[in-house]
Amino acid sequence: MTTESAENTATTPVLHWVRLPFERIGQGVIDLFVEVGHLTLLAAGGMAWSFRRPFRPTLLLQQCEYIGVGSLPIVLLTGLFAGLVFALQSSIAFAKFNAESLVGATVVISLARELGPVLTGLMVTGRAGSAIATELGTMRVTEQIDALESMAVSPIQYLVVPRVVALIFVMPMLTLLFNYVGFLGAFIVSVYQAGINEGTFMGRIYQVVDIVDLLGGLFKSACFGGVIGLVACYRGMNASGGSRGVGVAATRTVVSCSVSILVLDYFLTTLLLMVFE
Amino acid sequence: MSDVETETRAPPAPDGLETMPDGLVIRAQGIHKRFGDNHVLRGISIDFPKGTTTVILGGSGSGKSVLMKHLIGLLKPDEGRVLVEGINISQLSGTALTKARMKFGMVFQWAALFDSMSVGDNVAFPLREHHRELSEKEIAERVAEKLALFGLEGTEAKFPADLSGGMRKRVGLARAIVLEPEIVLYDEPTTGLDPITTEYVDEMILRAKEKLQVTSVVISHDIGSAFNIADSIAFLYEGKIVEHKPPSELRHSEHPELKKFLSTWFGRN
Repeated sequence: MTTESAENTATTPVLHWVRLPFERIGQGVIDLFVEVGHLTLLAAGGMAWSFRRPFRPTLLLQQCEYIGVGSLPIVLLTGLFAGLVFALQSSIAFAKFNAESLVGATVVISLARELGPVLTGLMVTGRAGSAIATELGTMRVTEQIDALESMAVSPIQYLVVPRVVALIFVMPMLTLLFNYVGFLGAFIVSVYQAGINEGTFMGRIYQVVDIVDLLGGLFKSACFGGVIGLVACYRGMNASGGSRGVGVAATRTVVSCSVSILVLDYFLTTLLLMVFE
Repeated sequence: MSDVETETRAPPAPDGLETMPDGLVIRAQGIHKRFGDNHVLRGISIDFPKGTTTVILGGSGSGKSVLMKHLIGLLKPDEGRVLVEGINISQLSGTALTKARMKFGMVFQWAALFDSMSVGDNVAFPLREHHRELSEKEIAERVAEKLALFGLEGTEAKFPADLSGGMRKRVGLARAIVLEPEIVLYDEPTTGLDPITTEYVDEMILRAKEKLQVTSVVISHDIGSAFNIADSIAFLYEGKIVEHKPPSELRHSEHPELKKFLSTWFGRN
C-alpha cells in the first residue's frame, strides 16, 4: 500500500471500502489484458521461430508421441462413456416422442460438432497441458531455461514451438478417435440396450450428418490445441518461487485452458455457423 | 583496477563496434536494475581484462547473480550498458544476441543440467546445436575429452539425478567449456560443496583458465575460494561495487562492510 493510499484509508475509511472492489476488478481486468498481450507475443514469437532453421523434427515427433499416444487411453475412455451415456439418455427422452430413430444422428452430430472437440480439449488439458506447464516450470526454476539461453539456443524455438505444433497436429486426431469410440458406444447402447434397429440407426446418421460437421469440429480442436500449447508453455516458462510456483503454474494452466476452450468454443461455433449454415 | 563510472563514454567505432581499451573483454557501465520497488543494482561499473579471473564477492541477496545475468544478456539493465568486445550486448535481441552469447560459457549455481538427458548428451548439447557438421563419433570424442579434463571419465551414460553435487558442477563446467568459449561465467561454483570438493572445483577453474586461456568471471560468497582463484576481487555491497583490487590488496581494505565480511573467514584462519 502506498503512503498516499494509506493516508486516504486513515482519513476516509468508508470511501476506501467503497473503492476497494472497483480497484480489485480494475486490476483484474488490467492483469487479464497484460496476460493476453504476453500470450500474443509468445504466439508471434513462436510463429517467427517456426520458420527459422534449425528445424527440429525429432523434438516435434517426441512431443506428438508424448501428447498424442500418452493421452490416447484417457481420450478413448472418455469418448466411449460419453457416447454410451448420451445415447442412453437420448433413447429414453426420444422414446417419449416416438423418435428413437434419431438417437444415432443426434449423438453423432453432437459428438462431431461439440462433445468431441471440447471434451478432448479438456482431457488433453488435464493430462498434457498440466504436464507441459510442470516440465517447463521445473526447467525455469532450476535455471535450465537460462542455461538454454546462455548456450545461444532460443527456448521458444526449442521448447515452445515443438509442443504447440504437436498439439495443433495431434488434437484433431485425438478428436477423431474420440468421435469414433463415442459413436461405437452410442451404437452399442442404442442397438443392444434400447432395441433400436441398426439399419434405422445408421440410415438416420447418413441422412442427417454432413462431412462439414466433422471438419468443423476438427478445425475447432486444432484451435484448442494451439491454445492449450500456448497457455501451458506461457505458464511454465513464467513459473517462479520453487516447487510451489511450479504447482501454481500447472493449476493455472488447467483453469485457464478449460475456461479458454469453453469461451473459444462459443466464438468458433458462431464463426462456423456463419460460414457454413 | 580502474572504476569506469567517472569515465566518459567512447564514441562508436566506424564498424558499429564501440571502442574499448586494449586488453578488456567485458566492460559494464553504470548498470541499474530494479525489480518493482527493489533497486538491486545501483550503478555498477566494472572492467574484466582478457585472460584473467575476476571474482565478484558479496553476501546473499547483494545482486551478484543479477549482475552476472546482465553480462550475458539474460537480463537487460534499466540504465547503463554492457560491452562485450565492443558490442553493446544490452541492446541486442534475436539472432544478434544469440551470436554474441556464443562467446560465453556459463556454469550455474546448481549446474542447471538438463535432467531429461544423460551426462554425455548434456555436454554434447552445445556441439549438436552449433556444430551440426560434426559426426556423432567426433562429438563423442570431444565430450569424452572434456569430461576427462574434470575427472569424469566414463560417466557419459549417467543421468544428473545419479550424480553428487560436486560431479554435477563439474559436468556443468565441462558443458560450459565444450565450445571453448572466450569467457566463462561461474555462478556460485562452490556453494553447497564440502571443503575437499570445493578445492577440487577451484582447481578445475584454474585448469580451465590455464588450458583454454579463458576470461573468467566468478560470483561467490566463498572467501577462501575467491582468494584461491582470483586475479582480482570486486566486493558488491548494497548494489554497488565498493572495492575492486587484487586479493593481496583487498585483504587490507579499510571498507567497514568488507572488513566485516572478510573477518568471517580470516578471523578464524
